[in-house]
Amino acid sequence: MFLFILRRFGTILLTMLCLTLVVFYMVNLDANLEKLAKTQGSMRMTDEQVASWLDNNGYSGGMLTRYGEWLGVVPGWRKEVDGEITGKCIKKGMAPEEAAAYCGVLQGDFGYSLRLQKPVGEVLPQYLGYTGILMFWVMVVMVPGALIIGVLAGMREGSGLDRSLSVASIASTSAPEYVTGIVFTVIFASSLGILKGIASTRSITIENFTLPVMTMAIYGIGYIARMTRASMAEVMTSQYIRTARLKGLEFRQVVLKHALRNALIAPFTVIMLQFPWLLTGVVIVESMFNYKGFGWLLVRAAENNDIDLLLACSCVAVVVVLLTQLISDIGYAYLNPRIRVS
Amino acid sequence: MEIETLSGSEILIQSFSRFSPVWIALAVTLVVGFLFRAKLGTFGRLYGSPIGLAGAMIVLFWVFTAILSDLVAPMGGRDVAFLMKKAPLGGIDPQSGIAFLWGGDNLGRDVFSRVVHGSQVVLIIAPAATLIAYMVGITLGLPAGYYTGRIDALLSFLANLVLAFPVILLFYLLVTPEIRELQYDTWLLGWLGVGWSIPRAMAAFFFLFPIIFLLILWFTKYEKNQQRLMLYGAVTMVVGFWIYFGIAFGWEPAIGSVPLNLSLDPNELNVFAAVVFASSPGVFRIVRGLTMDIKTRDYVAAAQTRGERPWYIMLWEILPNARGPLIVDLCLRIGYTTILLGTLGFFGLGLEPESPDWGSMINHGRQFVRLAETAHMALFPALALMMLVLGLNLMADGLREESLKD
Repeated sequence: MFLFILRRFGTILLTMLCLTLVVFYMVNLDANLEKLAKTQGSMRMTDEQVASWLDNNGYSGGMLTRYGEWLGVVPGWRKEVDGEITGKCIKKGMAPEEAAAYCGVLQGDFGYSLRLQKPVGEVLPQYLGYTGILMFWVMVVMVPGALIIGVLAGMREGSGLDRSLSVASIASTSAPEYVTGIVFTVIFASSLGILKGIASTRSITIENFTLPVMTMAIYGIGYIARMTRASMAEVMTSQYIRTARLKGLEFRQVVLKHALRNALIAPFTVIMLQFPWLLTGVVIVESMFNYKGFGWLLVRAAENNDIDLLLACSCVAVVVVLLTQLISDIGYAYLNPRIRVS
Repeated sequence: MEIETLSGSEILIQSFSRFSPVWIALAVTLVVGFLFRAKLGTFGRLYGSPIGLAGAMIVLFWVFTAILSDLVAPMGGRDVAFLMKKAPLGGIDPQSGIAFLWGGDNLGRDVFSRVVHGSQVVLIIAPAATLIAYMVGITLGLPAGYYTGRIDALLSFLANLVLAFPVILLFYLLVTPEIRELQYDTWLLGWLGVGWSIPRAMAAFFFLFPIIFLLILWFTKYEKNQQRLMLYGAVTMVVGFWIYFGIAFGWEPAIGSVPLNLSLDPNELNVFAAVVFASSPGVFRIVRGLTMDIKTRDYVAAAQTRGERPWYIMLWEILPNARGPLIVDLCLRIGYTTILLGTLGFFGLGLEPESPDWGSMINHGRQFVRLAETAHMALFPALALMMLVLGLNLMADGLREESLKD
């Protein structure tokens, strides 16, 4: 078990290294750097001015060297312009002699966001926290809702209840966030005026939060419910359920005491694997309802080619995806005694 | 100037009657399909499942709408009527007398016509991209599942790498205008006069797979029948490379003055390549899993004993037997690709903003969604997209139910 987790962590690290390298390459394409220089300097910069701006701000080195600098395995760049020494590791108001030689991710420094004019390490946790709150409420709505629907549908396969719940869950998986978001906004905010079409990070009220949470939950509910239904239907046909029924136990009792626990193993993995999907949902919902969380930040970073911020965001996203995969694997083995990891 | 509007029931009736060519086509298909249901294989069995049939009808509705869009829509997708800016539902254009059943957008374009024309964009790109992703996934997934070992480890690692990438970030990186700029940085590219960019390189890589797939398919089947092999191979190469160079490299051949070009606009190519890239790893995983499962069957062992080549076994023994789950997955995946295209449009990435595809319309209309009077701009394309995906999902569900009955 320990070895298994260790090996998985190795794969995760390797994957992250590859992915950040890819992201690094993409955000550092010549055209992207030119755009960055122009948004930071002025739009009318000539090619030479762009080149000198890039050179002065440490964007001129080789791609791999700079990736190393970002990672913290190559010393940060230093440059002397007009008698003043600047460098990657030299913060504002810091004497060049005091600055460390290395300052990369390995040293815990995620760089500086040019768009927000703040260190990434300071900004990111704050925004992640807001998204965490949103995600928490989504989970609170989505998981119990989906499990109840799935269990009810799978309890009696082929019944009228099963048919209608199944079609409803298919319908909910067919409606991506940007569709439900718009439909809900039109109904509840624009026409009825009960709820608000904008969510604020400052005040979390039912009025503000219902629409984004519902929008995100609906898309996930259908999928988890279908998995739960399939797993429940399979359990209900198994031998031990028939035995329990033949013993004369009540249907309710059989479902609650015998079937439920075994039927919930499969949905557990599905719920964990749902996190990466939620990530895309977060980005859509946060830009739609103007909620300033991680997704909103990611869009801003991508639109402005804010290199350090974008790299940090992708690290977070990749860690979320890979960690949830690992947790779901371990959890599955833990819940299901028939499977052993070795 | 006041705009006259139709009443609610008139809007409903006219919305229905404008689709009359589509209804006729649907009815014909339904009847013909019913008569020949026994010969239609998997799809004929949909007649046994009401839900699946309903799904298929919804999908066909949009397919026929896309084909007959010029008959259905009263205006072009980009036509503007200046008096109809933000027109309400059922408003009648005083200039042309055309009723804007689903209202007008802020530039005075008919939302109904745009939704109808938009179905064309969606129904070309989504299935085509999914099919290419399928070719890539099959060509790589079969050997990974069949040989396992190192090939499998490498390919699986690469697939997981792409899958670990959050889709949205991938699109933001891959589908930006900056990335489309062509570069001529090596002497070879400069000499050839062919610039390269990441989307073009990706397209050049992925679009090669359909040709490779077909060539292997013909070669394994007709190895002993040289004439046929030559014929099929030649046709595949000529047609394949004509399409390939047209799409990936913007080659514009012509015979005399008759243009034979198939080139895509750089935006479209970019979207296309990004969607194929994002969905092929998923197909790869499914094909690999199915191959590993089917590989242990007796008929595969029999073929191995006969001394068939591995690629023959993969393509002509394993692949046909995996078709059931693959068809179901194909339906689901086309739906998912439609959602992805919508997501791209929603963030204003990819296709040019004028284009009447549903995602761009949603993106365009979402700034007006908070007022009940202008909410229709985003609402109708959103509902159309949801309907198409719902149809595909219901059809997939019906197909799965029917295939489980064996």
